[in-house]
Amino acid sequence: MKRSSLLVLAVVVILFAISWILKANQLSATEENYILEAFLITFAAFLTLSVLSFLYKDNPFYKFAEHLFVGVSAAFWMCLGFWSTLVKNLIPRLSEGLSEFFNEPYMPGDYNFFFWIPVILGILLLMRLSKEHGWIARWPLAFIVGTTAGLNFVRYLRSDFIEQISATFVPLLIEWQGVGHFFSNFNLAIDGQFVMMLSNWVIFVGVMCGLIYFFFSKEHTGVFGTASRVGIWILMITFGASFGYTVMGRISLLVGRLTFLFKDWLGLIS
Amino acid sequence: MRRQLPFILVFLSGAFMVFQYFVPHESSEFVYEFLLDWLTIIGGFAMVLGIWSLIRVSYDKIQRKRENWGYSVITLAGLFSMIFFGITNWQDGFGFYILQADGLNNPMFVHFFDYILIPIQATMFSLLAFFIASAAYRAFRARSVIASLLLLAALIVMMRFNPLFGAWIEDVANWLMNVPNLAAQRAIVIGLGLGMVATALKIILGIERGYMGQG
Repeated sequence: MKRSSLLVLAVVVILFAISWILKANQLSATEENYILEAFLITFAAFLTLSVLSFLYKDNPFYKFAEHLFVGVSAAFWMCLGFWSTLVKNLIPRLSEGLSEFFNEPYMPGDYNFFFWIPVILGILLLMRLSKEHGWIARWPLAFIVGTTAGLNFVRYLRSDFIEQISATFVPLLIEWQGVGHFFSNFNLAIDGQFVMMLSNWVIFVGVMCGLIYFFFSKEHTGVFGTASRVGIWILMITFGASFGYTVMGRISLLVGRLTFLFKDWLGLIS
Repeated sequence: MRRQLPFILVFLSGAFMVFQYFVPHESSEFVYEFLLDWLTIIGGFAMVLGIWSLIRVSYDKIQRKRENWGYSVITLAGLFSMIFFGITNWQDGFGFYILQADGLNNPMFVHFFDYILIPIQATMFSLLAFFIASAAYRAFRARSVIASLLLLAALIVMMRFNPLFGAWIEDVANWLMNVPNLAAQRAIVIGLGLGMVATALKIILGIERGYMGQG
């Protein structure tokens, strides 16, 4: 390790210790476990700053936070899956003794023995770890792939195709009582007749033109080309709006982290 | 046998899931619910494969002292600590119990979640605000109609909660999100749905076999 790296590490450790002591001192009046609480807040602040340090360049503190995150999140999801899937769903249906051991209410049923099948398939899936018998893992994999494909076939056909098309065919003339009535009551209110009609037109024409843009079996020239160009405009508005929406989401996360640093850690804002 | 049986299994399970939708009978729905539970349970076992793979890759890196192997020690330390706290619990302040159902309420497990997992995850996602803003600065130039539309839509949506512009900008931003955005999203979703249906059909009929791997 370089001498400069050691120096940076030493400074960080000293700053961490000072922060811990000061935070513990601050929390001692209100918290019972103030030493642990102070350590956790300081450590969370250290991890936050470590990740933010990536804005300068990739560095050991960022790598530390990144690798810690990989390990902790993998274990978190494993524990969550273990308790919520295996212990809550499977064990109460298979064994009264095990249910009692895990403090879960036993769920007796006439068809509970069928739940041994996914257990066997799950164990067969683990055969993937064996070089010699790895091919056996294809059976449970085939079950997963087949079932998911069957589920998706119906689900996507209904929700992403039929229902989307059905929702696109909206009335283009809403509460229409003639041209005179339309112009005499013309306004730009969001729930007014004009805006509602415009919205329905934009939805109908937008979906059609968007689909035409994605249709590559015909050359985009003439009327087809014009519709395709309108499709690009609509798509560009969508990409812009999605971009703005994503940026605002990330900014709000950043505000959350800065609030943590300045309020919970440093106590600079009340 | 090694390859044919899985294809038969894919066809039978896939065809059943499609078929049961058209048979709204009690017994058909019962089997359907059963199969969904099975999927979740097998998924639980699949998680073990993922964890094992992470352990093996990290251990291999440490054993061979590959570049940055020290960070793999951090990964394994985080992994095993979290697993340990996730399957154990302290009760009444002194008793230590392994494999208790309230392992997820173990104070240390909750602390790891609150003070390690959440801060890193939220900060990593918030980092994207900087990168996305810098990318936008370079890419968003009003050089053509479509580029201007992109820029304008993004600006309106970003400024919608800005009190300086009044309530109208929020109305316009909401309209942009609910109308033109919806129209284009719908066109994309219809295309996506058709693609998913075609892929699912290819898998059930055994035309698409890439998921089975080699050998």
